[in-house]
Amino acid sequence: MAPSANFAGAADAGKPLVLLAQPLFPDLAAVLDGRFSFASAADADAGTAAEARVLLVPALVPVSADLVDRFPALELVVATSAGVDHIDLDACRRRGISVTNAGAAFAADSADYAVGLVVAVLRRVVAAEAYLRRGRWATDGDYPLATKVSGKRVGIVGLGRIGSLVARRLAAFGCVIAYNSRSAKASAPYVGIILPFGAGRGRTLRELAADSDVLVLCCALTEETRRVVDREVMEALGKDGVLVNVSRGGLVDEPELVRCLQEGVLGAAGLDVYENEPAVPPELFGMEDVVLSNHRAVITPESIRGVIDVVAANLDAFFSGRPLLSPLQL
Amino acid sequence: MESLGVLLVAPMNAYLEQELDRRCRLFRLWETPPDRRADFLRANAASIRAVVPYAALGVDAAMIDALPALEIVASFSVGIDRVDLARCRERGIRVTNTPDVLTDDVADLAVGLAIATLRKIPQADRYVRAGLWKNKGDFTLTTRFSGKRVGIIGLGRIGLAVAKRVEAFDCPVNYYQRTKQAYPNYTYYPSVVELAANSDVLVVACPLNEHTRHIVNREVMEALGPKGVLINIGRGPHVDEAALVAALVDGRLGGAGLDVFEDEPNAPEALFALDNVVLVPHVGSATHETRAAMADLLLGNLEAHVAGKPLLTQVV
Repeated sequence: MAPSANFAGAADAGKPLVLLAQPLFPDLAAVLDGRFSFASAADADAGTAAEARVLLVPALVPVSADLVDRFPALELVVATSAGVDHIDLDACRRRGISVTNAGAAFAADSADYAVGLVVAVLRRVVAAEAYLRRGRWATDGDYPLATKVSGKRVGIVGLGRIGSLVARRLAAFGCVIAYNSRSAKASAPYVGIILPFGAGRGRTLRELAADSDVLVLCCALTEETRRVVDREVMEALGKDGVLVNVSRGGLVDEPELVRCLQEGVLGAAGLDVYENEPAVPPELFGMEDVVLSNHRAVITPESIRGVIDVVAANLDAFFSGRPLLSPLQL
Repeated sequence: MESLGVLLVAPMNAYLEQELDRRCRLFRLWETPPDRRADFLRANAASIRAVVPYAALGVDAAMIDALPALEIVASFSVGIDRVDLARCRERGIRVTNTPDVLTDDVADLAVGLAIATLRKIPQADRYVRAGLWKNKGDFTLTTRFSGKRVGIIGLGRIGLAVAKRVEAFDCPVNYYQRTKQAYPNYTYYPSVVELAANSDVLVVACPLNEHTRHIVNREVMEALGPKGVLINIGRGPHVDEAALVAALVDGRLGGAGLDVFEDEPNAPEALFALDNVVLVPHVGSATHETRAAMADLLLGNLEAHVAGKPLLTQVV
């Protein structure tokens, strides 16, 4: 989705003004063009900057406190992603600015991909595929045995929209689900180890990892969760343990992850996200025990349509004075 | 069971082989060159009372006829399409398989293949490893799995386990088999073509027999259509493979996730060039946990046979 150049330039008379942190991608532009008067946040003139109440943030372009503070009338930041770690939430909180995210739009695809990675890693689907495609089945015989999925203990870090769907899906595979989360989920039908983040976060996550065969990261990246998966957590997960990350690369101490995989401290990993995307640690490229993908693999035409609906609904709600569809608790 | 002569046709599992060696009198067929195996069987015919085949290498009429003392065929697989059951019945030879213990593994793989195929998981892995993310930008968009209509051919043990899993993805479940069952949440179609026409993902989960050979033919593939995906975790001959290759190459079928092939261990090389397929080398039950459970079940059948007790999982 390459951004298209679609700034309207001068404000269309009568249409609500929306600042853009970067140009809209074409699918979103097709829905929103003509309904709003768009202006580039970076190039906004003094009049536009003084007047703008809404900032729309396509993709994961950073929104700093400096940028937010340039717009004195700003009331709403509309993100198009599930995670909002690219936005300075403290600055928004101080100013009383609301922030909306993609809501549930990405939840099903993220959860599906997480389950796909769990199966692919344990059953070695990608390595077995490469074995077959290289013609080795006929010359070298059966592919070595892999590991069963059903019955594995799965620890879910962050039982929010995505984590809940991962839990429900893997429970249907006969996996035993435990989780940790910022708060107890009374409605969750899982034998919950309810382990809060915050003080002692490392200890509680180590406990979950020690009791799990597979750890799936589904939580938001915040200052509290940055590099929450450190060497000790990976050691607790163990030499047969599997780490799956469909959330944000910053949750994991990536150099330690590489070392733990190299040393056999951690068994395997399925990674859709990395600390410095699109850079991926090249040490991972030669490893058969990992399954890699690029962050955008969680995006499907279906989820993009869902995001567009959520963005449009939030903008419409804001400008007509109705409650926002997917506001975040700041 | 020390006196039971057991012929193992191939080195299929180290634990099974070790236990057969420990508990029985084990004959390893593969250690004799193919051209001398007839002599080997003749020389040991009086001792061999059991044969252990597996999915890829069965027991044909010629082998049965060469073994006059044969009492039991204990297959290291659930499918016994490569065992000559008619000849076994004639001779009064008992046949056992390994059902149930591999159901979860096969169903896990079926759903994993469906996700991997729709979401292009191996393709994304190749893309990242080749350094293309950094150089060429984002990988192509893929298709959502959740909510897709899943059609299952054969709602037996494995088919039901697939259904249970995909329900957790909010996938409507359709099925075809010869007789309609009373499943309130699953929709029955009286033909495979109708099933395919009303499904986004078609999963082959029935046994292979004369009724189901090439049950997925060109007409079924056309009904599944250019956005449809075929998942085969049954047997290669369930699918008309030549028609499948043509449909995939022409784009008349959207994609395929295949664990089995008509001429194993060979898979059609024409598939290797395609980006809309996920191909794995018949690993449906290939986990340490399940193969050990299959071995224990097989050994339990042999023990029961020798002890004159009812067999655990008797087919014939």
